Amino acid sequence: MIEQNEQLINLRQKLSGLERRGSEKTHAPVLPFGLDAIDSHLPGGGLRLGGLHEIADAGHGQEHATAAGLMIAGILARLDGPVLWAAEHADLFAPALAQVGLPPDRVLHVNALRAVPLVMEEGLRHGGFAGIVGELRRLDAVAARRLQLAAESAGVAAFALRRSRKPRDTALAAPIAAVTRWRVARLPSGPPVPEAPRVRGLAPALWRLDLIRCRGAEPASWTVEACDATGRLRLAAVMADRPMAAAPMQDRGERRRAG
Amino acid sequence: MPVVTRVFDGRRWVIGGADAAAQGFGLRPGLPLAQAQAMRPGLAVIDADPAGDAAGLRDVAAWCQGYAPLTAADPPDGIRFDCTGADHLHGGEAAMLADIRNRLARGGFTARAAVADTPGAAWALARHGNRPITVVPPGGTAAALAPLPVAALRLPVETVAGLDRLGFARVEQLAAAPRGPLVRRFGAGLMRQLDAALGAVFEPLEPVPPPTLIRQRLTFVEPLATAEAFAAVIDRLCRAVCDALARRGEGARRLDLVFERVDGTMQVLAVGTARPVRDPAHLARLLAERIETIDPGLGVEAMTLWVPLAETTSADQGDALAGAGSAVDPAPLIDRLVARFGAAHVYRMASVESDVPERSVARVPALSPPTPARSWPQQRPRPLRLLTPPQPVDAIALLPDQPPAAFTWRRVRHRVRRADGPERIFGEWWRRDGEMRAVRDYWAVEDEAGDRFWLYRSGDGVEPETGNLAWFVHGIF
Repeated sequence: MIEQNEQLINLRQKLSGLERRGSEKTHAPVLPFGLDAIDSHLPGGGLRLGGLHEIADAGHGQEHATAAGLMIAGILARLDGPVLWAAEHADLFAPALAQVGLPPDRVLHVNALRAVPLVMEEGLRHGGFAGIVGELRRLDAVAARRLQLAAESAGVAAFALRRSRKPRDTALAAPIAAVTRWRVARLPSGPPVPEAPRVRGLAPALWRLDLIRCRGAEPASWTVEACDATGRLRLAAVMADRPMAAAPMQDRGERRRAG
Repeated sequence: MPVVTRVFDGRRWVIGGADAAAQGFGLRPGLPLAQAQAMRPGLAVIDADPAGDAAGLRDVAAWCQGYAPLTAADPPDGIRFDCTGADHLHGGEAAMLADIRNRLARGGFTARAAVADTPGAAWALARHGNRPITVVPPGGTAAALAPLPVAALRLPVETVAGLDRLGFARVEQLAAAPRGPLVRRFGAGLMRQLDAALGAVFEPLEPVPPPTLIRQRLTFVEPLATAEAFAAVIDRLCRAVCDALARRGEGARRLDLVFERVDGTMQVLAVGTARPVRDPAHLARLLAERIETIDPGLGVEAMTLWVPLAETTSADQGDALAGAGSAVDPAPLIDRLVARFGAAHVYRMASVESDVPERSVARVPALSPPTPARSWPQQRPRPLRLLTPPQPVDAIALLPDQPPAAFTWRRVRHRVRRADGPERIFGEWWRRDGEMRAVRDYWAVEDEAGDRFWLYRSGDGVEPETGNLAWFVHGIF
């Protein structure tokens, strides 16, 4: 009996040792979005820097992944330091990065075809980057786990920007070991001048931000205005006076399960 | 047009050098320039540059070290080198001379060449022999020199004139004459030159310093064939090369690793660095990552590491990525990425002075200096993805300045709910004639689902020559 107890105690110590890394995570540095509704929902009060984040467009937007790309650029715009942006093919247009506050001078582009996860990992291990972005379709569980560990030990935010030519690609739905997984859906925007709906022009784009998985937080969604010139999101006017996470998450082919 | 160079000889301008066309008109070095211009009006005259000529000659002499290790510049117009034991590497003496002549001709030089037992004889035959390439067999020096004029003995002009007055025209006459009276008349220099040409006096060579290439070679008793063995050799070579670089205060920008295989063929691994490097671990890693591209065949018996391009290392690293506030130098990572994906696929974007969207961005090397902060359009909408080339869409719009009400792209119909534009962009006639009048009207449009596209219509909708009114999608916001 006593022997068993000792074993139990040992086991508990081991477990708590294993868990300690987990408990540190809540103290890991984060980057707040600057929006109370989102920041108070996320553990630590913002996007954790040492971790892998998966961001993709919802539905048919996955081919060009522009909303997800702009959201990542906006996050990186609010960090200091160079950025490694690995892609399978080059179709990024630098002026758009500059317009959300990420000067193209800060961005090192690598066209790596199938080797995007490899490049991301090299960048994380090399250090010195404020953020690592990889545009990719396939990211298997092992590669994602490796990236997550590398990002954790480097304390650097890594972003998997998922793209696929296939609408509703199942490769993008498979769960991976990321700290957070986001889907960004485009919504029809309102008139540029709400008081004068007949005035022509474009208001800031409207996104529905779905947090479909997050360690230590429930899935949630928000309606926001796209990044401004400093990379900041704004709660959309229709949402601003409502409590957070009130909008129901519409299923657009993604799984709602918090993996 | 004939070209000559002019030099001032103390009293007047004279011709310093003349090209083949000028020599065809009888214009020779030393001729007074006034006389030459009288003989040939419209002569092109440029100032001689003796220092530049001498430097160029030294460069050519250094280049000749590809043929033999000891080479020397022989001003004003000659190169000397000792090819003892080196000619067989180039297929024999005659073949070597022919090769040198051909290569120099490709560089724009007209050359004459000779090989002889003594430097003096080779000098004489190269300048006064009757063929552009002369090879004197061992022991044949005296016979080869015999019919040449006395000027072939590298004598002062006055001595040649004096000998001429005495009736000495050719070397054989001089060699047969009694020496005493000649020495009394012309000094010991005359006979010394004759003896040097005939090989009775040894004449040293003042070699140019070897060109500044760092090279390390390792040969193996047993041929190597495994990646591990290569990696170990690469480590050693890199350490040796980095020591040499450190002594000069330089860093390598390019490295060539040559594998000499047992079957006599060679394989080369070339890597470059974004910035001068003399960190052996970094260079070794760059090379080692590419070992798998080498086919060792039956084995490699020697490896040589060259540094074809080295630059002075400096503490100042004025590149944009380093300026972006990073503590870790990105250069080693960039080198590895470039080695794996190629320089074209590792880059930064820089803005270019152009309104045409596809020309407004250029890829620049990752570590080039930052682009000026101006220049990125802030007010006009720009899409995150640019489609190259722009893809045609079916669209109907009111002329001249209305956005389309709907458009069909890839068989999907998008109804336009909101639009921003037009933004008129004019063709750049200074780049292409076809853009003389070309105009594009850009619209940022949003469809019913909230997707945003960057459309343009070719033409301003009024003047037909500005475009054919076709619609394209050029980007996705």
